[in-house]
Amino acid sequence: METDWSVILDYLPQLFAGARTTLYITVVGLVGGLVLGTLAGLMRAYGGRILNMIAFAYIEVIRGTPIVVQVMFLYFALPVLADLRIDPMTAAVLAIVVNAGAYIAEIVRGAFLSIGRGLTEAGLAIGLPYWKVLTYIVGPLAFRRLIPPLGNQFIVSLKDTSLFIVIGVGELTRTGQEIMAANFRAVEIWSAVAVIYLIMTGSLSLILRTIEKRMRIL
Amino acid sequence: MSIIEFRNTSKHFGPLKVLDEVTLSIDEGEVVVLVGPSGSGKSTLLRCINGLEMITGGDLVVDGNSVTQGARILREIRQEAGMVFQQFNLFPQLSALENVAFGPQKVRGLSRSAAREQARDLLVKVGLADKADHYPAELSGGQQQRVAIARALAIKPKVMLFDEPTSALDPELKQEVLNVMRALAQEGMTMVVVTHEMSFAKQVGTRLIFMEHGKIAVDGTPREVIDTPPNDRMKDFLQHVE
Ligand SMILES: Nc1ncnc2c1ncn2[C@@H]1O[C@H](COP(=O)(O)OP(=O)(O)OP(=O)(O)O)[C@@H](O)[C@H]1O
Ligand SMILES: [Mg+2]
Repeated sequence: METDWSVILDYLPQLFAGARTTLYITVVGLVGGLVLGTLAGLMRAYGGRILNMIAFAYIEVIRGTPIVVQVMFLYFALPVLADLRIDPMTAAVLAIVVNAGAYIAEIVRGAFLSIGRGLTEAGLAIGLPYWKVLTYIVGPLAFRRLIPPLGNQFIVSLKDTSLFIVIGVGELTRTGQEIMAANFRAVEIWSAVAVIYLIMTGSLSLILRTIEKRMRIL
Repeated sequence: MSIIEFRNTSKHFGPLKVLDEVTLSIDEGEVVVLVGPSGSGKSTLLRCINGLEMITGGDLVVDGNSVTQGARILREIRQEAGMVFQQFNLFPQLSALENVAFGPQKVRGLSRSAAREQARDLLVKVGLADKADHYPAELSGGQQQRVAIARALAIKPKVMLFDEPTSALDPELKQEVLNVMRALAQEGMTMVVVTHEMSFAKQVGTRLIFMEHGKIAVDGTPREVIDTPPNDRMKDFLQHVE
């Protein structure tokens, strides 16, 4: 079979629908992951012994297991264990939340702890309560340092969504697979899929680089 | 009336006893210079006054409040005892003016404009009116330390605590900071200063304390105890710093 790039055009609507699903899982998952990760990261950095231990256990379990296993667990094992049936889409989003959350927790913890103790003391010494020191002084400084590693994690998570092919979510990779099964145009379709991923990750990088440039890292 | 009172105060770090039952009373208007070998507990003594370190024995009363009375009282104490650090510790994301206005606004609840106006006056006082909009990274060490002094003064403390304020500065920049401190002392500010600047101690200090192994070994008038050290270890120490 000769390569015929024009076939891509016929499948573009389908591919874009897949890409939309990929983006949806990524964005919703990362919003949740940011909330969970920030919480767990702050628990690690500033929580007492118990909070710290809970966050530590969560992070280690997630970082120590593959994301495919995590999503399989959510989709297939949870219904058995807890009689909790969730659709593939929910499982996919949850997997990104839980998985990205663990990595983001470590990023958040590192960024907060990288802000010198001296600044915290200077804040306390003028009579600020600790939470205000974290909100007004350490937080804004840590936030600037978060951006580069967070950007990295966002891209990893976006690409991780392709693994949800295993539970049959109609994201971009799955869509490519389905088109392939129908027309066997491997070169054209997988090239198109790769390019669409590149456009998504490239845009993400660009946005993050712009934010980074606007904000001086201190 | 004494504004700072150590009553048999001890401070341990784990098994290490860093302040050993210190009893010390500092009156309003005193300029106390604290000297002593490295590790003798000078910084710790200073940091106990504003509760950056919590005492582990005895009591410590600042402006009528014990540092052991909990977080709220501690914040009140910190508003009465401003601190200046060796490493300046200015907030890097804020301009000089914003650094100084920050405390009054966030702690004392002043309006933004009132806080900025007051901050401007304080920057004039430390000779940095023209640097108001500069960020800390754009200032020399001496200028940063003067902003840090203004920041501490902005919360209107009754006492100022200085922990080696000139140790991180090149010799030619030390004087500009010492001059600000001298002016402050002349206004009657109560000050506790850890420093190795013996000429400053003689000129400005009203009292000199030599610490050793977490205890006060010498307590006297700066000129007297520097010129005729009553203690051999202090004599050794003075030879090392001069
Ligand atoms: N957070 C801490 N944890 C454990 N030990 C500490 C801590 N802070 C200080 N120490 C110890 O307490 C002792 C006194 O320290 P401190 O900083 O008060 O000494 P110093 O007189 O200020 O010395 P220097 O002239 O070097 O600044 C030292 O032995 C130090 O190692
Ligand atoms: Mg010290």
